[in-house]
Amino acid sequence: MEITVKVNGADRTADVEPRMLLAHLIREEFALTGTHIGCDTTSCGACTVLLDGRPVKSCTVFGVQADGREVTTVEGLLQGGQLHPIQAAFKEEHGLQCGFCTPGMMLTGSALLEENPNPTDDEVRWAISGQICRCTGYMNIVKAIQAAGKAMSETSEDAAASVAS
Amino acid sequence: MAAEAEEIRGIGHSVRRKEDDRFIRGAGNYIDDIHLPGMLHMAILRSPFAHAKLNSVDGSRAQALEGVIAVVTGELMAQHNLAWMPTLSGDTEAVLVTDKVRFQGQEVAAVIATDPYIAKDALELIDVDYEPLGVVISPQQAAAADAPLIRDEKEGQTDNHIYHWESGDKEATDAAFAQADKVVSLDTWYPRSHPAPLETCGCVADINPATGQATIYMTSQAPQLIRTVFALVAGLPEEKIRIVSPDIGGGFGNKVPVYPGYVIATAASLLLGHPVKWIEDRTENLISTGFARDFWMHGEMALKEDGTMTGLRVSLDADEGAFHADAQPSKLKVGLFHVVSGSYDLPAAHVTADGYYTNKAPGGVAYRCSFRVTEASFMIERLVQNAAYEIGMDPAEFRKKNFIEKDQFPYTSATGLTYDSGDYQAAMDLALEKVGYAQLRKEQAEAREQGRLIGIGLASFTEIVGAGPHKDYDILGIKMNDGAELRVHPTGKAHLKISSQTQGQGHETTFAQIVAEELGIQPEDIKVTHGDSDDTPYGLGTYASRSTPTVGAATAMVSRKLADKARKLAAHLLEVSEEDVELAKGRFTVKGAPDKAVTIQDVAFAAYTNFPDGMEAGLEGVAYYDPPNLTYPFGTYAVVVEVDADTGQWKVERVVAVDDCGVRINPMIVEGQIHGGLTEGFGIAAMEQITFDEEGNCIGANFLDYLLPTAWETPKFELGETVTPSPHHPIGAKGVGESATVGSPAAFVNAVIDALWPLGVRNIDMPLTSGKVWEAIQNAQAG
Repeated sequence: MEITVKVNGADRTADVEPRMLLAHLIREEFALTGTHIGCDTTSCGACTVLLDGRPVKSCTVFGVQADGREVTTVEGLLQGGQLHPIQAAFKEEHGLQCGFCTPGMMLTGSALLEENPNPTDDEVRWAISGQICRCTGYMNIVKAIQAAGKAMSETSEDAAASVAS
Repeated sequence: MAAEAEEIRGIGHSVRRKEDDRFIRGAGNYIDDIHLPGMLHMAILRSPFAHAKLNSVDGSRAQALEGVIAVVTGELMAQHNLAWMPTLSGDTEAVLVTDKVRFQGQEVAAVIATDPYIAKDALELIDVDYEPLGVVISPQQAAAADAPLIRDEKEGQTDNHIYHWESGDKEATDAAFAQADKVVSLDTWYPRSHPAPLETCGCVADINPATGQATIYMTSQAPQLIRTVFALVAGLPEEKIRIVSPDIGGGFGNKVPVYPGYVIATAASLLLGHPVKWIEDRTENLISTGFARDFWMHGEMALKEDGTMTGLRVSLDADEGAFHADAQPSKLKVGLFHVVSGSYDLPAAHVTADGYYTNKAPGGVAYRCSFRVTEASFMIERLVQNAAYEIGMDPAEFRKKNFIEKDQFPYTSATGLTYDSGDYQAAMDLALEKVGYAQLRKEQAEAREQGRLIGIGLASFTEIVGAGPHKDYDILGIKMNDGAELRVHPTGKAHLKISSQTQGQGHETTFAQIVAEELGIQPEDIKVTHGDSDDTPYGLGTYASRSTPTVGAATAMVSRKLADKARKLAAHLLEVSEEDVELAKGRFTVKGAPDKAVTIQDVAFAAYTNFPDGMEAGLEGVAYYDPPNLTYPFGTYAVVVEVDADTGQWKVERVVAVDDCGVRINPMIVEGQIHGGLTEGFGIAAMEQITFDEEGNCIGANFLDYLLPTAWETPKFELGETVTPSPHHPIGAKGVGESATVGSPAAFVNAVIDALWPLGVRNIDMPLTSGKVWEAIQNAQAG
């Protein structure tokens, strides 16, 4: 089947078997290897991407289901070549060790912050509770997502202030 | 006047990690990210039976599927003398089955295809005729007189017993027990768990048919060791083997052994002339690769009436699975389990261990265990708490009375280990103060009045890491000494190559900081290479918390070698004698004339442009480190829980972790390691278990059944530190990666048992699921 998916803002087409998983479509056909695969049972969330802005586990979505839709992967987080605040915060707060869960965690975190720029500890933990990190014990992931929210709020306040002035 | 020099971010600085820049961009290079031209894909057919005679394997239907290039069977491997391979414990292990399968999930055949989906499709088309045999799933069954013989192919093997091992003094221990006022005992099974790194194992084997060069990209924690093993197993010339560990998505000991998949993929690449990729799925990872623990332990402590410990006796049966494949020092059969006397001044101890074959996957030494110290620490810390209650003492007071005291170090234990340093009382005092122990005991008593079950659990662990001194520590005869190679470029930037292999520990940052401390080059100006056996010095890799104790030391030593030469160069530039030159934080000054100085960058440039006659050009060197002793990190963990007696559910209210790992190179990274270890310790105590039914079916075969803690269940941690530098390590560091998995499981279990002790509950084996806790409460109340 030929499908067209908007990946990180650009239309990409591919001719794929209906059974191909979205995770494989992204990794193999679109050569975006920042999306990882850690289990086969929708348990670990390493493969999390945003589908029309919402986090999905791409190992449990067929590629053809993304036809005509928008997918954001970790490679799409960069903004004009600059780090997204959540990327900067994960480094600053030591929110990653081996880095394998990190793309999924950052994408879920960024989606949470779109809806809730100032989440509590429990709100962050609930948002990422479908994803597993084996290295960090989550404390610094939570801190990183909260710190990114704070940084984004400050940036948007600055922007608002500069428009107002 | 020169501007104030920038502070050197060496030891003690929480430098943000250099490796993160690629990971946060999704630009890490993990095994499955490697694509080579002409690459084929391999999938493995695994046995559905735990023990079955293999009558035939017919791959002809699979071979006929479009896209299938080859079907590899045990018969084919046997033709190349590769059906069996040696294990890291000196046993043998089947690569592909030729005679019978010995555990569920064992490798029976492999398909090589143009596409991974086709390779998996073809597995369904392989026809295998199995004849099921009787199954053994525990050491108790293995030891039974009528047990099926699992290793019938081994000459001289007439039963399922693998080894008997002893440590300590039996006579002295028997005497201590004969004279004891009280003896307290505990039987506990430390169940089978799995390291389950988020990235599974895999490889890309690329053998160039024209040159014979074998490049194998592999999820390996020990690429140098694996290269040698491959040379020995496959008979390939070692100089033509290059093992490359790319970025590793977590290891925890799961990625030390050589797995059959690596060997089959390599053989397939050799036979087909194409690169072959093999990536495990999660079920394959959980049912066939290196598991952890599975120790059935009995412990007894001899006590005087006043609470003085006088003797310790531990016996255990180890379930080793179908092949003895522990990755551990050759001279040790149960690793460093003999550190089981822990933090206590025990005059006599005796340990016996027996290993058994069962119809389960091989492995055993893995999962942040420091060579079985997890099991040892759990045994002693659980036994200590039960002993304290039995003798009527508070567990903290009981520990204090029996701790090895600060002035007793170096301390020789009853099992012959020489503890390098420690201050156990200080670490426990800090933990008790942070958690508010005295107040908590009052609150606990009040809560009990109201029918609420609060529990406070302590664990004062002693770790033993950094293997090791060449006299006693080797794997397959290769001494456990590690190397570091350092080159300072003309512009004063540097390249450090190390024999350890990070799986998330942050080596690219930490080891650069050691060089920064010694030579004054900023860590961001130091490139760190690891994981490529063609481009790093020899060494045995990263596991058992050994990187900082061994490679960290080698890094300091090679830096000091370069500093010696740099001092000569500085003397030349400053036109003074070498004795008059002092080096501090990257500046070489003249004694008594501090304004007269050159920098490490000036010196590095001179090493290539302006060196004195008779001196070799360049500023580089290599050092191999032979540790004089192991290092002994320690600490006290305090856990507070509340148990719901009606449901058996328990909730962690507080976790206080005081660690003493000696000098902390990067405090941020150290704390991250402790967070991770505490979480895995909590998981093991609360939920993680690989279970089997009586037919040997592995029940914990995916993440729906093998439960791991998510952010929702994981407690929050409060950390504290004391610093007792290792007296023999060049920078006083001890290693910290596994302290928290060694120390914390007992603290969690002790907390739950502490809550339930008044009800009569004396022990619950891990994992403490709510069902098991509820059942223990019911039984205690009924009994």
